[in-house]
Amino acid sequence: MLLEEFISKLEGEFDDMPKGTLQPDTDYRSIKGWSSMHALIIIAFVDINFNITLNGSDLKATKTVSDLYNLVQQKRPA
Amino acid sequence: MSSFKTSNVSIKGLTVCVPGEVKSIFDYDLLSKDEQDLFYKTVGIKERRVARPEVTCSDLCEKSARHFFENNITKPENIDLVVFVSQSPDYFLPSTAVILQDKLGLKKTTLAFDVTLGCSGYIYGLSIIANFLQSGQFKQALLLCGDKSTISTYIEDKSSYPLFGDAGSATLLEYDTDAEDMIFNMNSDGAGKNAIIIEHGHSRHPYSPESDVIMQIEPGVRRGKKHLALNGQDIFTFALKEVSPNINETLKAAGKTINDIDHFILHQANKLINETIRKKLGIEKEKYPYSIELFGNTSSASVPLTMCYVLEQQLLKERLNLLLCGFGVGLSWGSVILRTDKLLCAKLFDYDKP
Repeated sequence: MLLEEFISKLEGEFDDMPKGTLQPDTDYRSIKGWSSMHALIIIAFVDINFNITLNGSDLKATKTVSDLYNLVQQKRPA
Repeated sequence: MSSFKTSNVSIKGLTVCVPGEVKSIFDYDLLSKDEQDLFYKTVGIKERRVARPEVTCSDLCEKSARHFFENNITKPENIDLVVFVSQSPDYFLPSTAVILQDKLGLKKTTLAFDVTLGCSGYIYGLSIIANFLQSGQFKQALLLCGDKSTISTYIEDKSSYPLFGDAGSATLLEYDTDAEDMIFNMNSDGAGKNAIIIEHGHSRHPYSPESDVIMQIEPGVRRGKKHLALNGQDIFTFALKEVSPNINETLKAAGKTINDIDHFILHQANKLINETIRKKLGIEKEKYPYSIELFGNTSSASVPLTMCYVLEQQLLKERLNLLLCGFGVGLSWGSVILRTDKLLCAKLFDYDKP
């Protein structure tokens, strides 16, 4: 999955998020109304789409949307 | 060996009792309106039932069990074994099951003991009772299962307070040579003990004035060490990692596939967790009932509660192949595949209604 598709699918997971809200360098925790439930939505999204289960410290090590994308790429089996 | 089977044991009836008082997530002011909406959409809880101060989990279980006696489903003298599975017993000691032996008018030859487990407790309770009953030396047993979780959550902790509801259940099991085998797969991982914990109040950290001190953990999360602390992300990751392999292992041990199971009844933890597990396993929505919207997470009562709430008519009228699964505090998790055949009752009722 390319970065653009990753971003567009992730936007789809958040209710009422207009397209283009997330950019590769967006600090995803700064999005309006961010809460701990959004972290769970990201973990579920990655699990369903990539069969990778991220934990809390995996997420802590990321800041931007592209960090998240790169983390998923790293964790994918070769 | 984490998979095993038991023979000659069937469930005869189920009852679940919930308190009458309803608390709505939309009245919980610690969450903003947007957070309330997101909570309802994501976690799936709109309401939950909260027991009055004087009502304990054992009271809810007692009323559930009395239903069997009052409706001639069995008699107190038929019960040889009673197991109370809960993390909210009446007292530090003695065992609540022993108190219930007396309150329910069961004979003194009844084996009675408590098991301290939460979200996985219903499956563990079934496995213990099925092992006792399968040799035929005991004829009937009561599994009393549930929690008054609201006694240990703190109102200013938005990470745990809005999740839990109170409920107590009773399941009547019987030695039955016509019964299908029950196939279990059970697991434990104490390395995850801090994911859900009440630190103070028992022997590791006895109750002290420090237990009462309310601390700010993070924004919106304030609690003391005597309160329940829950790490939502760790629990979430645990459930996504362990539950679907556990369900697959249980199916494999039973020689069955997803298509052979009529309903998958999972512990009602959090709708996002349960839906992610459902999608990973490829189970149809129709075979995967929920009760979390109106009752919240009711700990070890959530599996029987969901059965009574959603499947009452099918349980009474049909033969069903079910997979039941519990997972959470411990960490502890397990599943069982069993068959029910026209239960004598599968009733959910209100503690405060006659």
